[in-house]
Amino acid sequence: MQRYILRRLLLTIPALLGVTILVSAMVRLLPGDAVALMLQEYNSYAQDAEDLRARLGLNKPFHVQYLDWIGGIARGDLGNSLRDQTPIRDELATRLPVTLELGLLGLLISLLIAIPLGVYSAVRQDTISDYLARSGAIAMLAIPGFWFGTLAITLPALWFKWTPPLRYTRLSEDPGKNLGQMILPAVILGIGLSGSLMRLTRAQMLEVLRQDYIRTSRAKGLNERATIFRHALRNAIIPIITLLGLQMAVLIGGAVVLESIFVLPGMGRYLLESLNSRDYPVVQAIVLIFASMIIMVNLVVDLMYAWLDPRIRYS
Amino acid sequence: MRIEQQKGRAPNGLTAAAPQARARLQPERPRPARALWHFARRKPLGAAGGLLVLVLIITALFADIIAPYAYDVGQGVERLKGPSLRHLFGTDNLGRDLFSRIVYGSRISIAVGFGAVLVGTGLATLIGVVSGYFGGAFDLIFQRLIDAWVAFPAIILLACLVTISTTRDTSPTTSIAIVALALGLVVAGGSSRVVRSAVLGIRDMPYIEAARCTGCSDLRIIRRYILPNILAPVLILATVQLGGAILAESTLSFLGFGVKPPMPAWGSMLAGSGRQYFLVAPWLAIWPGLAISLAVFGFNMLGDALRDVLDPRLRGSQRK
Repeated sequence: MQRYILRRLLLTIPALLGVTILVSAMVRLLPGDAVALMLQEYNSYAQDAEDLRARLGLNKPFHVQYLDWIGGIARGDLGNSLRDQTPIRDELATRLPVTLELGLLGLLISLLIAIPLGVYSAVRQDTISDYLARSGAIAMLAIPGFWFGTLAITLPALWFKWTPPLRYTRLSEDPGKNLGQMILPAVILGIGLSGSLMRLTRAQMLEVLRQDYIRTSRAKGLNERATIFRHALRNAIIPIITLLGLQMAVLIGGAVVLESIFVLPGMGRYLLESLNSRDYPVVQAIVLIFASMIIMVNLVVDLMYAWLDPRIRYS
Repeated sequence: MRIEQQKGRAPNGLTAAAPQARARLQPERPRPARALWHFARRKPLGAAGGLLVLVLIITALFADIIAPYAYDVGQGVERLKGPSLRHLFGTDNLGRDLFSRIVYGSRISIAVGFGAVLVGTGLATLIGVVSGYFGGAFDLIFQRLIDAWVAFPAIILLACLVTISTTRDTSPTTSIAIVALALGLVVAGGSSRVVRSAVLGIRDMPYIEAARCTGCSDLRIIRRYILPNILAPVLILATVQLGGAILAESTLSFLGFGVKPPMPAWGSMLAGSGRQYFLVAPWLAIWPGLAISLAVFGFNMLGDALRDVLDPRLRGSQRK
């Protein structure tokens, strides 16, 4: 087991190196650079731009720039933003909690929607309620988060003259106010995640409900409720955990979109802004963090899988 | 490792005789129509999805005939008019007919959706089969590359790929192709894993060994035995991904990385400068989103039903 974990951890190194090389190369291939965008507001001479590029190190060859940056990462230094020279680490320290809160709340809401609905749908297989629940799940997958978010901002403003607050309140500042601000984007994120979760829950429940031990528990006179929750759901839930790993991509994409719509100062919006202002080190740092999160969540999911289901052994 | 099971079907040569024998016993009937009817009876949700998809495809094909106005020319006097008989879905801030724009927008969604899935599953099959069948150093190196590819946040990968390939004078058709290609590339990484594990499941089957013993070349084994046997998972993958591809295209367009205006991509109608008019003209915020949702909904319903029909492993989950 320890050897397996070690091997998986070692494999993350080439993957992360690949990600960082790829993102560093790609952002530099984007048309325009940070200097051109910064200076376009001023009547500057071409020489000014060149000076600025030299000062920011943008005129060095690609591999030198990359090695400088990755060397900094290895020492725990994420570097400075090209635009305002602030340390990226400080900026991320305030933004990471926002995105984590949004992601965790969204995940929680999706579980609260998906698991009861999936169990219900499986128990009532092929009835009208099952069809409705399944169509509902597909609809949840089909509604784009950015449309949902747009409607959630537009319609209340139209009907009740209510708009979400523009200034973000931190969780530590005023938990109630913060939650009130986060709940709407979190629900939208959760609904987006719950579609596939509900479908998997249903499929797993159907599989488990057909097992011999369920028949046994019914035969020995256990009531239906205990059968479903104590015996069926607990076995059905194991594969559902694997889906959480795959959901990371949806979660990150959702964070980028919803943070922009709801003006939340999180990582997703920062990523989009830095991509548009060609702030290479910021984009690289955020992509590195997101990629590490994706890899780590998948590792944890695989390990939890073995822990929850003793039949699975890694070697 | 996760346990992957894949029941290999017998090679096609063995089963091919059975339907012919049955056909001789039964009177001849128009088979596709009957199969469709059978499908609609057994999978009403799938049939409803199929109908939505059909409407969407017809709209995309005959957009010129269906749309009453042009998508890019507006009339100043008709600015921000609500839905009426003249303008079914109302008009936008430039006086353009929203219904016509949505009709033309279906072309982008359909083209990008099918294009992306074609590129994605094609590439995934190629990588997955080579990686799974030959294994060895190629498999090891390629799987590490795919590790990096799937760990990369897809939305950034897409935004970069599209922005890099789009120049100022890119024509609308080229930009649709670029978005489809980028989406296909991104999707291919994860899909190739599915194909690879399907190949791994049948690679050591006795009939593959038998084929090798009789002197079949690798290419022939792949063509005659591997590909037909992984067809079901590949087809399922493709149908399931269609809806996802359309959704991803609309998200990209919303973020401003999709097909460039004045092309009426559904996602971009909800973005940019148009947003400030949503409060005075809420229909602008409703129709494009509804179009995306219905299209993705239709493809997902159809894909689901097709998966149930195509995947023998899932048949057990039907009460019969």
